Amino acid sequence: MIAIAPQSLPTSRSHETIAQTLDRLRSAAAAIDRRISLMEVCGTHTMSAFRSGLHSLLPDNITLLSGPGCPVCVTAQSDIDLLLQFTRIPNVTLCTYGDMLRVPSRNGSLERARANGADIRVIYSTLDAIAIAQQNPEKQIVLGAVGFETTAPATAAAVLQAEALNLPNFSVFASHKRVVPAMMALLESGDVHVDGFLLPGHVSAIIGVETYRPIIEEFHLPCVVAGFEEAHMAAAIATLAELIRDNRIDLLNDYPEAVNSAGNPAALQLLDQVFQPADVRWRALGVIPNSGLALRPQYATFDAQRRFNLQAPLDAEPPGCICGRVITGAATPHQCKLFATACTPVNPIGPCMVSSEGTCQAWFKYARFPARFSGSLVPSRGVQS
Amino acid sequence: MTQANSIAAPAYSALKRDRVLLAHGGGGQLTDELLADHVFPHISNRILDDLLDASDLGRQSGRLAFTIDSFVVQPWQFPGGDVGRLAIAGTVNDLAVTGAKPLAIALGVILAEGFPLANLDTVMNSVAATAKEANVRIATGDTKVVGHGHADGIYLITAGVGTIPTKRRLNPNRVRPGDKLILNGPIGEHGLAVMLAREMPDVRSVVTSDVAPLNSLTEALLAAGGNNVTFMRDPTRGGLSGLCADLAQRANLRVVLEESQILVHPAARHAADMLGLDPLDIANEGKVFVAVKPRAAEKVLRAMKSHPLGKDAAIVGHVEAASEGFCELHTQIGGRRIVQKPYGEQLPRIC
Repeated sequence: MIAIAPQSLPTSRSHETIAQTLDRLRSAAAAIDRRISLMEVCGTHTMSAFRSGLHSLLPDNITLLSGPGCPVCVTAQSDIDLLLQFTRIPNVTLCTYGDMLRVPSRNGSLERARANGADIRVIYSTLDAIAIAQQNPEKQIVLGAVGFETTAPATAAAVLQAEALNLPNFSVFASHKRVVPAMMALLESGDVHVDGFLLPGHVSAIIGVETYRPIIEEFHLPCVVAGFEEAHMAAAIATLAELIRDNRIDLLNDYPEAVNSAGNPAALQLLDQVFQPADVRWRALGVIPNSGLALRPQYATFDAQRRFNLQAPLDAEPPGCICGRVITGAATPHQCKLFATACTPVNPIGPCMVSSEGTCQAWFKYARFPARFSGSLVPSRGVQS
Repeated sequence: MTQANSIAAPAYSALKRDRVLLAHGGGGQLTDELLADHVFPHISNRILDDLLDASDLGRQSGRLAFTIDSFVVQPWQFPGGDVGRLAIAGTVNDLAVTGAKPLAIALGVILAEGFPLANLDTVMNSVAATAKEANVRIATGDTKVVGHGHADGIYLITAGVGTIPTKRRLNPNRVRPGDKLILNGPIGEHGLAVMLAREMPDVRSVVTSDVAPLNSLTEALLAAGGNNVTFMRDPTRGGLSGLCADLAQRANLRVVLEESQILVHPAARHAADMLGLDPLDIANEGKVFVAVKPRAAEKVLRAMKSHPLGKDAAIVGHVEAASEGFCELHTQIGGRRIVQKPYGEQLPRIC
């Protein structure tokens, strides 16, 4: 039983009020004589920034971009198509997270498949899938898992539990991703200009701070780990601006209450026991070396794709959808012809409009009428290399 | 009586009295028994007890208000209430926010075969208690039973009639720039309580539904504000976002909300974060949103604060002139963003 304890309202770092943070940010920004683009790579950051109106508070020369941080959005179309294929196998129950349900594919979404009778269960924890497997021994349970290093340990735990329970009817289709290789690939591609990274608090709590060191060393960019709340984000943005003002390339942890330099050893051990790095396909980014997590050979019997002998379909983006450019920060949603016309949360065409952490949904929900605001409500595209 | 019979009889009787049978809806003796044992004992009153095909509500003064709603909440019982309380409060509130004094409610009950009769008692008891709390009668009703699997436990349908005092008029088109916006307490609790009960039964949370009949509160605030109160609505499905976006659009005004004044219980905020939801979008069943002319705002606020259901009332925003209607939120950190109507059923079957 998990107990939800009442918690206090979100606060900024204990020594700083939000007003002080914003002063610090404005003063640093004023001393920077150019426009700078900072990038977050975390769906929670995307939503927090929009929900709190953080963009409207940023100095004119600072733009906050969203990078590849939304797990649903970065999932390759071919993986979505594969998930749908599982649901067509007789006797298979697909367990997946709610956000995946409505992601469209050429053959319709999981939501539509469910309406047509496919057995698809929305789960909140991978252990729900284990329980469903135990309760339905006559069914084959496939856990369709997506997410970064934050959710992958839970998938690993489910695999280990299935092994311990000797569950013959449980398997996993894991489409887990690793953040750092994606950030490196993004920088190597040169498609987008970034002056610094706001690192994700969630992922960093697992993988630690030091993992990001190559970004500092190879690309000479300042990076700051930020907590989830808007006040945490504002503080980390202010710190990034100060680093840029001072020409300091550094890796700082602005969220020490949850993140340490080495990460969470238990979670990392779980990951290492069950998974190994693998070259995997990302939406629109193609295959990125070592950017995913594949089951280790000793757990291959839990590999759903292998168990049901499914071939990955060809990867094809929905026509006209620029989600691929949106998730790299190379384009903003309003540059997409489909945005808020053909593609809306009710009738999404790309995953960035489906996911509650998707950039397109954030724009649709919180910033559809930027012209009506005098301040900069949404990130402008001031800097483009 | 033989021994065999004496064993069989209680077993049959236990079966019959334990759960709803299809035959309970057949209009025969079993229907009479269902009503006599599980419905009338709870909601009996002078009008209902006449058992006429239609109820005589007598002569009324003022204009009539008429409303209907269906309740399919799943689970039927949730922290803070159940479908019975929800149905009565929901219909009473629909009347109350239009300025009507609830007069009578018609109650339809759809039961699925196999629904435990003890649960029906719980629901009817809750219907009765809530009706008493709201000072409204169940004047007529109907019960049907559908086969197992054709419905999920119990559904209620309530229609309500109320009277609107002659000079009272509440309408979005009476809202003007300058009007203050008042809300009677913290948001999001009903939707979250139901969502947690259904989707995360293992999670123990202190979030409870705010479901309550609001007519005594609305009468108190109307007594204080009179015609200075221009509009009221209860932010149910679609939450405060839906209500404000809709009001802005319909009145063609800018609705400005101050996030710092909108209460969210910390446990509710935590649950909303966990479910990836925005408290502004989540349904309430015991909240009323009031637009009032600025000169009467403090008086209305005081009247609300002195009522138990309004003790946490606050002025949460105001209305400005605009060329095109939309709702804007001034966030806690001093930022601004727009507020839009949630686009779909974010939380299906919460009422």
